[in-house]
Amino acid sequence: MLAINETMGQYSELFMLLAAGTYTVAFIAFAWDLAKSSKALLAVDLKAAAAAEASAAATSKVPVGAGVGAGAAVDRADSDVSGPAGRAERPSSATGRASNGAVAGAGQTADAGMRYAAERRVPARVAVALTVLGAVIHGAGVVTRAFGAGRVPWGNMYEFLTTGAFVAVAVFLLVLIRRDLRFLGTFVVGLAIIMLVAASVAYWTPVGHLVPALQSYWLVIHVSIAVLSSALFTLTFAMSALQLVQAHRQKTIASGGADKLGFMRLVPSALSLENLSYRINAIAFVGWTFTLMFGAIWAEKAWGRFWGWDTKEVWTFVIWVVYAGYLHARATRGWTGTRAAWLSIVGYLCVVFNFTIVNQFFNGLHSYSGL
Amino acid sequence: MSERVNEKKKPAPADNAAANPVAKAKAEAAMPALGFTGMLRWAWTQLTSMRTALFLLLLLAVAAVPGSLFPQRPANPSIVTQYIADHPDYGKILDSLQLYDVYSSAWFSAIYILLFISLIGCVVPRAIAHYKAMRSQPPRTPARLSRLPEYGTLVIPADAGIPASDAIADAAAKLKKRGYRVDVRDDDGARPSLGAERGFLKEVGNLVFHTSLIGVLVSVAAGGLFGYSGQRILVEGDTFVNTLVGYDQFTPGTNFQSSQLQPYSIQLDKFQITFDRESKGKFGQPIDFKADVTTRETPDAPAEKQVLKVNDPVSLGGTSIYLTGNGYAPVVTIRDGAGNVAMQGPVVAKLQGDNYYSSVVIKVPDAKPDQLGFAGFFLPTAFVTEEGVSFSGDPELINPQLTLNSYFGDLGLNAGSPQNVFELDVKKLTPLNARNLDAGGITLAPGTTYTLPDGKGTISFDGVKRYIGVDIHHNPGQLYALIFALLAVAGLVTSLYVNRRRVWVRTGTHPDGRTMVEYGLLARGEDHRLAAEAEIIRGLLTEEWGLDSRTASQTAPSGPEDNGPAESVPSGASGDAATESRPEDFIQSTAGSSESKKDQ
Ligand code: HEM
Repeated sequence: MLAINETMGQYSELFMLLAAGTYTVAFIAFAWDLAKSSKALLAVDLKAAAAAEASAAATSKVPVGAGVGAGAAVDRADSDVSGPAGRAERPSSATGRASNGAVAGAGQTADAGMRYAAERRVPARVAVALTVLGAVIHGAGVVTRAFGAGRVPWGNMYEFLTTGAFVAVAVFLLVLIRRDLRFLGTFVVGLAIIMLVAASVAYWTPVGHLVPALQSYWLVIHVSIAVLSSALFTLTFAMSALQLVQAHRQKTIASGGADKLGFMRLVPSALSLENLSYRINAIAFVGWTFTLMFGAIWAEKAWGRFWGWDTKEVWTFVIWVVYAGYLHARATRGWTGTRAAWLSIVGYLCVVFNFTIVNQFFNGLHSYSGL
Repeated sequence: MSERVNEKKKPAPADNAAANPVAKAKAEAAMPALGFTGMLRWAWTQLTSMRTALFLLLLLAVAAVPGSLFPQRPANPSIVTQYIADHPDYGKILDSLQLYDVYSSAWFSAIYILLFISLIGCVVPRAIAHYKAMRSQPPRTPARLSRLPEYGTLVIPADAGIPASDAIADAAAKLKKRGYRVDVRDDDGARPSLGAERGFLKEVGNLVFHTSLIGVLVSVAAGGLFGYSGQRILVEGDTFVNTLVGYDQFTPGTNFQSSQLQPYSIQLDKFQITFDRESKGKFGQPIDFKADVTTRETPDAPAEKQVLKVNDPVSLGGTSIYLTGNGYAPVVTIRDGAGNVAMQGPVVAKLQGDNYYSSVVIKVPDAKPDQLGFAGFFLPTAFVTEEGVSFSGDPELINPQLTLNSYFGDLGLNAGSPQNVFELDVKKLTPLNARNLDAGGITLAPGTTYTLPDGKGTISFDGVKRYIGVDIHHNPGQLYALIFALLAVAGLVTSLYVNRRRVWVRTGTHPDGRTMVEYGLLARGEDHRLAAEAEIIRGLLTEEWGLDSRTASQTAPSGPEDNGPAESVPSGASGDAATESRPEDFIQSTAGSSESKKDQ
């Protein structure tokens, strides 16, 4: 067992505070970006609309949406037997394109592929740069905490929160390399700030050794996967919430209503949000399955039974089943879209509940939160 | 967003429906009330439908929650009893709703049993259908490939000398190499085509996943039937032998037989604890427990030294032995009024508070003329506050102390009713020593002896040993549950990340001698990489025929980006695939062969 290094622990706390400060500035920049870009986009739209009107008479476009939609159905006749009644074809590339064609034009949304567009969004760039800086400081905080305690930095609530916030931001930044999810910036960075503040104010714990029950390599495996999956669930939660808003906005606009949520132009269409969050949720679900399994294996090693319906186990199971429900919903006719998004949100609320309320107020075998 | 949910095909031809039980069942589901068997079939269709599965899943999630809100009997029977006593108004009602036994309750079982019936009802037909699909040829070539989600064309110049039939053979070879199952049709005709499919593992993975879930459930149930568990306290020097009498507490599974117990033995040689002396907040907390034990697989097997730790059980004779508790056991010698040793040995002290502040109960039924009883506390590091409250200042044996009251009379042990060894019922006893009596209480340090009043005997505090509590478990279902769980994960990953796709290619000869090639791709289920696959296939074909991929076609194929459903169609932009009309008859010849017409 490595010795405790209090000085390292103090450095770590300082880093955490600095990171929270940097994130706060990044948050403001992200918010500014949303406000500013929605104005800019509106101007571009107005110009485009005028241009489109002018050319509308000249070119008669083929409504490709309808064509492709029908084409996708060509082969469905025999795919039927492979599923139980009521099984929906999942929204896939084919149908995705169709509906995208339909929404383009009125009630503009951002690029469905969530690729970076050519135009520069200065505030967004500043925000991302600040987030990277914050994450570097935050990472230093996590690492010094680990060295201070001489072990992995996830042994109590304080450490779950600080490390979890770091992983959430890091996953977000990693996804940003390939996808323009900057519209999620305010959410992710805002959440990281809340987690850091909560950790420092409500759950502060000095560096210390682990109780024997936690001294196992399973702590490294089980908890790291749980934290990673939770970070992914965090992203999809935000996307599902936006999806609901966007779907509502698209519907309003399609029926001739006014676009009251201008900033939502920065956000891709509801369908693209759903598709990407499905993909992330699928990864996170596999991660959660591992969390559950490794937890069971660890429980067997520590307590002599792999499953005992301990409160923490119950909630981990509930989360797993809810997300299994989500995956099914995406394959069930009438349950894709908005309903699936709700399931994704409910699943995330369960994750939050499991982490906060269950850790604090329910006592079970898992009560090592260090409170 | 209803446009995304595809209209489920046009009415299937009659022969198709016959070969298609689900479609048939569905047709019937649309109009129930066709007599008893019709009803049954309708109910079965409903039960095995995706919607029902989803509903049952969500119901299962909801039903699991109360188990975390109320104390559960299997984990904590005494807390449940206490809870019912504390809530006289509704405690009993909750009990009748089985809310203290949620996971074995009728309603919870009903949900998961229905779920699993539904699952079986879904998996079996799907497995049969998939088995057939895996053995049949890829479906016929659609008449209009341009309607497929991914579509592209290539033109081979007339001087390349690759006629339509060669081109299709080349494409077939390429696709085969890429892992597709390929079927070439009509290769001598004017419009040869091929159908190709890959990714059958996706469905296999899905089936393995769902089947393995059943496996996990069965394994867990089997563990409950044939397993057993028990507890035992071992003081340093004690030996446990795995027989029914060896246990302090024993819980057999439903089908347990005592012949299952293998009589191995385990002796506790030494138990060590390391306490935290570094961090402020947790000063004095235990940070390491280590028990040195000597084990024998069978009574005459050679002895083996092993270490038992938290998180690190010892496996012996098909069971696992876990370190679950520990404490101090003061060693005492009690002589009765006649001067004979009535009791000698360690007494297990039960943890009560911080720093191993523990309670001690000693019953001495062999003392003559009167039975003796002692009750009090053991403190490893005794401190007394000014108010006279004693507490333990440290978990280690710095200033060990026994403080006891003593009693004499009939302990009631001969009545035959079982007694808790950690409690002394003093109602029928006469106190000898207590703080409020003239004689006062007994306070002993190691190595000291106290003489009881009235010539009742003496008590000596000889020293202190440590004890551990061990749990012993045998669960034969465990290994199988693990195997099925691993299978389930493998199936899940396969099902989520293998893509099932179909490709069709059709070739033809233009009147001017060029060979025209068109291809289309279709994904089954989620596939965000279909466009990328189309690009790759295009690349393979242009390479094969030495074409320049950009100029080889007349129409723009799908965009170069790899994934994301709609990104090959930049929204609103003009001059891309979305706005360009796709040729209905790219390959000039009669549109649609007679066989593919059926598809439209
Ligand atoms: C009650 C009967 C069940 C039926 C009829 C059923 C049916 C299906 C079907 C048809 C799919 C594939 C969806 C697709 O092809 O896109 C699927 C996927 C899935 N099922 Fe089930 N399922 C059942 C029970 C369960 C249970 C109990 C669980 C776990 C709690 C579960 C977890 C999953 C998961 C995680 C997937 C996603 C895998 C994938 O997308 O391929 N299912 N299920």
